[in-house]
Amino acid sequence: MIRRAVSVVGELLVTAGVLTLLFVVWQLYWTDVTSGRAQAATVTSLEQQWAVPATPTPTPTESAPTVTVDETPPTGDAFAIVYVPRFGSDYAVPVVEGTGTEELKEGIGHYADTAMPGEVGNFAIAGHRVTYGKPFNRIDELRNGDAVVVATATQWFTYRVQAEEIVSPKQVSVIAPVPDQPGETPTQAWLTMTACHPKHSARQRYIVHALLESVTDRADGPPASLAAVG
Amino acid sequence: MYGLWWRVLPGPWWVRVLISLVVAAAVVWACFEYLFPFIADHLAINDGTVDGQ
Repeated sequence: MIRRAVSVVGELLVTAGVLTLLFVVWQLYWTDVTSGRAQAATVTSLEQQWAVPATPTPTPTESAPTVTVDETPPTGDAFAIVYVPRFGSDYAVPVVEGTGTEELKEGIGHYADTAMPGEVGNFAIAGHRVTYGKPFNRIDELRNGDAVVVATATQWFTYRVQAEEIVSPKQVSVIAPVPDQPGETPTQAWLTMTACHPKHSARQRYIVHALLESVTDRADGPPASLAAVG
Repeated sequence: MYGLWWRVLPGPWWVRVLISLVVAAAVVWACFEYLFPFIADHLAINDGTVDGQ
């Protein structure tokens, strides 16, 4: 009887061990496969949408106003693509609105209520360092001067890395309109990337700040900053 | 546990192996589709965001 019970407990423990190993495989390998595939598909479909000349605008009314300020898209919607030459010439990840658990599986997440690409303020984005396509896996390889290029339906924005820092997860001041100076009124367009640090841990955050260098029209083709890796 | 499983399965040994493999595959699939995503969302070992909470 006791022997029977021990054998059942043993089999249960072995089963639990196997399931735990399976979970690790799923988390570290399978989520990269599925999310990576989905994110690549999102990039392709965005590029296709943007290639089509924006719906024949029947607007011969008074020439459009000045600057095109992107309106904030609904949570979960992909609205931009991030290219980082340092991460490889094939690196392209969609940016979705929001930084919830679900959004970060779809790509890089845009912090709600922070600036939009190119806007004065701080375009703050978060990405996984491991798992779910791990868009910011190599964030620690970024050096000052490296290009981070953001594409939207109409424009290319080239940002240049200015600073890196490692902070506590509670340090929201890194995504303030003027990074690390909450309350200040912004005069420049920043981009801030946040990822977990160290890898496989949620103890700290790895932060990269970049400053807007140039803006070009999508119609003019990809900017030169996309090509070179310093 | 697995001994009992083996005894209640019908048919010759290769049918039992086949059934066992199919059931194992179904369990793995259910884990990948439902159980693991649910657990992972509650673990948050890879959270990369900053927030005040």
